Amino acid sequence: MYVAVKGGEAAILATHDLVAEARRGDAAVPEISVAQIREQQGLACARVMNEGSLYDADLAALALKQAQGDVIEAAFLMRAYRTTLPRFGSSEPIDTARMAIRRRVSATYKDLPGGQVLGPTYDYTHRLFDFALMDNESVMVGPDPTISGQDGASGANAAGDARVKPEHDAKPLDSHMPRVPDILGAEGLMEPEIAPEGDPRPFDLTREPVSFPADRDVRLQAMARGDEGFLLGLGYSVQRGFGNSHPFVGEIRVGEVSVEFVPEELGFAVDLGEITLTECQMVNQFAGSKDVPPQFTRGYGLAFGHSERKAMSMSLVDRALKCREFGEAAQYPAQQDEFVLYHSDNVEAAGFVEHLKLPHYVDFQGELELIRRIRKERAERLANETEALPEAAE
Amino acid sequence: MAVLSRASRAEIAALLGPDLPEHEVLKAPEIGTVMVEGRAGGAGRRFNLGEATVTRCVVRLADGLMGFSYALGRDARKARLAAILDARLQAQAPGSALHQAVGALAARQATARDLASRKAAATKVDFFTLVRGA
Repeated sequence: MYVAVKGGEAAILATHDLVAEARRGDAAVPEISVAQIREQQGLACARVMNEGSLYDADLAALALKQAQGDVIEAAFLMRAYRTTLPRFGSSEPIDTARMAIRRRVSATYKDLPGGQVLGPTYDYTHRLFDFALMDNESVMVGPDPTISGQDGASGANAAGDARVKPEHDAKPLDSHMPRVPDILGAEGLMEPEIAPEGDPRPFDLTREPVSFPADRDVRLQAMARGDEGFLLGLGYSVQRGFGNSHPFVGEIRVGEVSVEFVPEELGFAVDLGEITLTECQMVNQFAGSKDVPPQFTRGYGLAFGHSERKAMSMSLVDRALKCREFGEAAQYPAQQDEFVLYHSDNVEAAGFVEHLKLPHYVDFQGELELIRRIRKERAERLANETEALPEAAE
Repeated sequence: MAVLSRASRAEIAALLGPDLPEHEVLKAPEIGTVMVEGRAGGAGRRFNLGEATVTRCVVRLADGLMGFSYALGRDARKARLAAILDARLQAQAPGSALHQAVGALAARQATARDLASRKAAATKVDFFTLVRGA
């Protein structure tokens, strides 16, 4: 049992001052602005929005600034702020088929309707430092065309004129791109994804306690706000044999999606604007039964912002957690919903792990007395035994 | 409202001009959230993805017309201006100068979307598979 402590106000106030100073760093270096973080550290902001479970890029940037770049601390700030806001309601389910695509790739089909669009990705970079990004006069430029200051392919186009940007010749992408698993679905080779009877409102784990076994809506919500690293590790584990799944990326798409909401007083859907989302659909190996012929199965991942690793990990674990639906044995951690859902939330996990550093003086005093007593009793017992032994020998 | 929710505060202020019409704020700009729902597999069971910040506002002009605004984000000033603009747009005929100005704003947004789409299209790739031992 934890017994609270009192006092330390002056020291705590002093540490608030000191953390502000530590956050600011060297005063000779210009202070970073929230807008700079939002625009130039967008992937970090996306992670904070996901794990903070609140889409607001400005707040995510502020959280990162305030937390000195500590992503979990920043997510905690988002969660805390969220609890102060009224909730107007739930959006209409977003339609990712109507996403304004910035990136869309498939590992299953070479030629797919709408095309493969690489978009902004680090996938094909060489992971060499671009020293031109460093505020440094001795600029070294590597052999990577993505590194600034080089005349790479970026200036080339049909006209051969470097002033003409590559998008000049490009036609806009289709406004409606079919989701790749739906192409397989049309052939009947893919496990269908259809809304259950009546299209029920989803469970909300921020309002109601979770019970197990958890349904898919609960699992997906928990993973959407879950820690990227935790899900990445679990996703990796199922690929490596702790869950028997080595799927194909049916599709990853990144882009902007409209959010529609029906306010009570208006009674019709209002377009609130766009949010950036990343969606991943994994195509896994077959499941069939007496009644259903063998077919591919799916794993689904959806995340705020450009968050590919998160969406991919989520879709791997989503498939692993569907083991019960397919009658597979839940032998591995990634297949056990109670294990995954209870340990994926990094704000909860950090809270419980880090509470250990708070004063536990009374608890520890209790343990200290206990161990002293045990040792004393043991010493007495041993002493009695050595006294008793010679007698027994006689 | 879709155009206004995507517009910046400055764009909306420019449409309204320097003199705001007399108005009563029925519901002061309020910041809240909307829970964004997704669907498993894109088309299946609904689930809660996470919340997004939203600001809303309701005003009434002197002529009695009500204006509403709902937009992502936390810009209270923009919410109020957008609600006023919404009310003014209702008072005016579809071909009026104000409607045309909003149309121009919509066209600018479409141009930006088009440019973003063409930038993405410039990274379209044709992969080809290599035949081993050929």
